[in-house]
Parts: sequence; C-alpha cells; structure tokens
Amino acid sequence: MNIFTSKILPVGLMLAAFAVVATSLVTLTEENTRDKIIENERQTLLAAINALVNVNDYNNDILTDTIILASTEQLGTKEENTVYRARMDKTPIAVVFTAIAPNGYNGQIKLLVGINFDGNLAGVRVINHKETPGLGDKINVKKADWILKFKGLSLKNPDGSKWKVKKDGGDFDQFTGATITPRAVVTAVKKALQYYEKNRDALYKEAE
Amino acid sequence: MNEVYGPIIRDGLWKNNPALVQLLGLCPLLAVTNTTINGLGLGLATILTLVASNGLVSLLRKQIPDEARLPVFVMIIASIVTIIELSMNAWFHELYLILGIFIPLIVTNCAITGRAEAFAARNPIGPSIVDGLMMGLGFTAVLVVLGATRELIGQGTILAEAHLMFGEAARNLTIVVFEDYRGFLMALLPPGAFIGLGLIVALKNVIDARQTTTQVKTIDAIAEQVAG
Repeated sequence: MNIFTSKILPVGLMLAAFAVVATSLVTLTEENTRDKIIENERQTLLAAINALVNVNDYNNDILTDTIILASTEQLGTKEENTVYRARMDKTPIAVVFTAIAPNGYNGQIKLLVGINFDGNLAGVRVINHKETPGLGDKINVKKADWILKFKGLSLKNPDGSKWKVKKDGGDFDQFTGATITPRAVVTAVKKALQYYEKNRDALYKEAE
Repeated sequence: MNEVYGPIIRDGLWKNNPALVQLLGLCPLLAVTNTTINGLGLGLATILTLVASNGLVSLLRKQIPDEARLPVFVMIIASIVTIIELSMNAWFHELYLILGIFIPLIVTNCAITGRAEAFAARNPIGPSIVDGLMMGLGFTAVLVVLGATRELIGQGTILAEAHLMFGEAARNLTIVVFEDYRGFLMALLPPGAFIGLGLIVALKNVIDARQTTTQVKTIDAIAEQVAG
C-alpha cells in the first residue's frame, strides 16, 4: 500500500494537530498560572511555619533566611532540606526544618519540626504521610491534637529515655490500634532534637 | 426533550451506572472510598472532568479521525485534567489542597474515556454534557455510599472530617454512630473496598430482579383478566 494513497498520512497529521493544540493549551495554562501557584505555595509554607513559630516573635524574612542541608541520616532526609531561621533583630529565635520518620506503618512520614533557640520544641506538624485512615492518621493535626503535645518538650523534658510511646515504657500516648505510627514520629522528633543539639551554631550560621 | 434526556438520566444514575454496571473507574473508586468525604471529593472532581471531556469530545466529534479516536480522547482528557489541576492550584488554592490529591487519580478513570467513546463521539453537545453530568452523579453516588459504609464499619462514624471540605462550620456534621467503637480495620483497607463494592452491586441486582418479577406478575395478572 502506498503511504500517500492510504489514510495513514491524513489521520497521522490530524493526530499530530490535536497533539499540538492540546500541548499548547496546557503550556498556556501553565504559564498563566505559574506565578500564582508559586505565590500560593509560598503562602502555604509561610502559614505552616507560622503555625510553629509565632509571627510576632521574629522580624526577618524567614523564607529567604535559609540554609540548605544535604542528605542527613540523623534527620532521615535523602534530598536537600531547607532550614528556615527565625530571628528578632539578628537574635536567633527558632529554626524550622524537615525531618523524616522512615519507619511509619506505610512508609515515610514527613514532618516539619520547629525548635526554639533554647532547644525546646516550637512544635511539630506532619506534612505528608500514608498511614492508615482512621488509625495512624491521627498524627495529622486536622484529625487529632496528638501532635500538638510536642510543643515545649525538649531532650530534658521528658528525660531522653522517656522519648518512647507508653507501650515501650515512655511518656507518649499511642493510638488505639496503632502503635507503629506514633512510635515512628516520636523517634524522628527525638532524633531531630539531638541533631539540633549537636549542630545548633551551624544551623544559625549567617548565609554568606 | 424528555425522550432524549430521560433515558440518559436513567442510564447514568441507575440502569447503566458506570461503577455498578459498567464497572469502570474502579481503580480510583476502590482506592479512596475509605471515608464519605473522600468519596465525595473524588466524585466532585470526576463530575467536573466528565462534563468537560464529554462536551469537548462531542464538539470535536466531526474533526476527530475515526481511526485515531482513542489517542485523541486520551490527549483531550489528559489536557483537561492537567488544566483543571493547574487552574485550581492557582485560583482555588484552598479547594486544591483538599481535592488536589484526587485530580491526578481521575486520569486513571477509564469511565471518562468510556463515555467519550460510547456517547460523546456519537451525540450532539447537549445530550453529551447531560450524559457526563449524570454518569458523574451516578459514579459519585456509589462513591459516597461505599465511602459511608466503609467509614461506618471501619471506624464507627459518618462524615468524619467534613470540615476539610466544607469549612469549620461543618465540623459538627460528623455523626458518631458507635461511641468507643474499636474499629474494624479490614473495612478501611483495600479488601473492604472490594467486598463493599461487591455487596452494593449485588444489592442493585436484587432490586432490579425484584422489579422485573413484579412487572412480569402484573402482566400475567392483566393477561388473566383479559383472558377471563
């Protein structure tokens, strides 16, 4: 069959035309929404940080006063991790960074951890998880207030050996039917605090 | 009017329901129906996509070459889903944070390609849009019923976390049916989805069978009267 007399060519061209139009429309939408989406994500990030660090306690631009940590085993992070630093007139107030609990019931649990300069927790929030709905997902602040109890705790309060769920002899509540999830979160937060203790000065180092 | 739209409405909502009869779109359906609200979220996003894709496919049906129609449908649907996702992210960011996770799932919903192929490619735009809306509503109804059933058996509530979708005022919508319920994990996990959907399909078949029997009986009675 000759390619010029068969229907293959017109049909192929028509298909290509549809592909061009469809791709153009998607590209056009992407270009028109890009700035707005970046701004939305910035606002969402800022809201997440301000849930941990009181907005009146600092006066620097926290989204640009950052350092990037490379993959850090202690924090469970395999990708670059941005550390946001809150300062009041150059006095360090708090840092906010990501920590990952690798051993959730259903894979990784991504946490946003805020630590005040003195080593007390400003707070912890779960950013991303795949835990069982109705059981393990109580770590999400929208579903239960369990995660709020971390605020104000430190490696001395409770004592380091008590940073476990109650079932393991520690101080933290587990959920009915779900121990693995809270155990993973408690361990990850403890490790983040230990990391902070060892690296505090480096975390607040002024950007060059 | 009713002769055209009546059957479309009946087909979408009941007789040819995408989830219960055509058994299409089961991947997202089974994956997210662990709560009522999740089911409703996926349902709303699906309705939007179905209406848009049916409308567009119907509008372009004379231009789409028959031999290459399936790749064209897939392209149209993928573009629509991407455009909806980007636009929602930009202009309805709050809603996006709630429904956002459901939108990419819609691409895996073959009910949408199915309706483009079976209906929109052969019918004018009006009926096609109504078909998209009705199929979407029928799909959403199953999502909500299955979600509510699994949530009730799995964790003893209905409409938990309604505030994620309807705002803080809806926090009180949650109905705790069983106080201190210990939970039944299987209902929330994938096996619960399969069993639950199976039961709903069975229930539909029972209702349909009953109706047929009643109709046959009525006809028999009339026939007897006429004969008598």
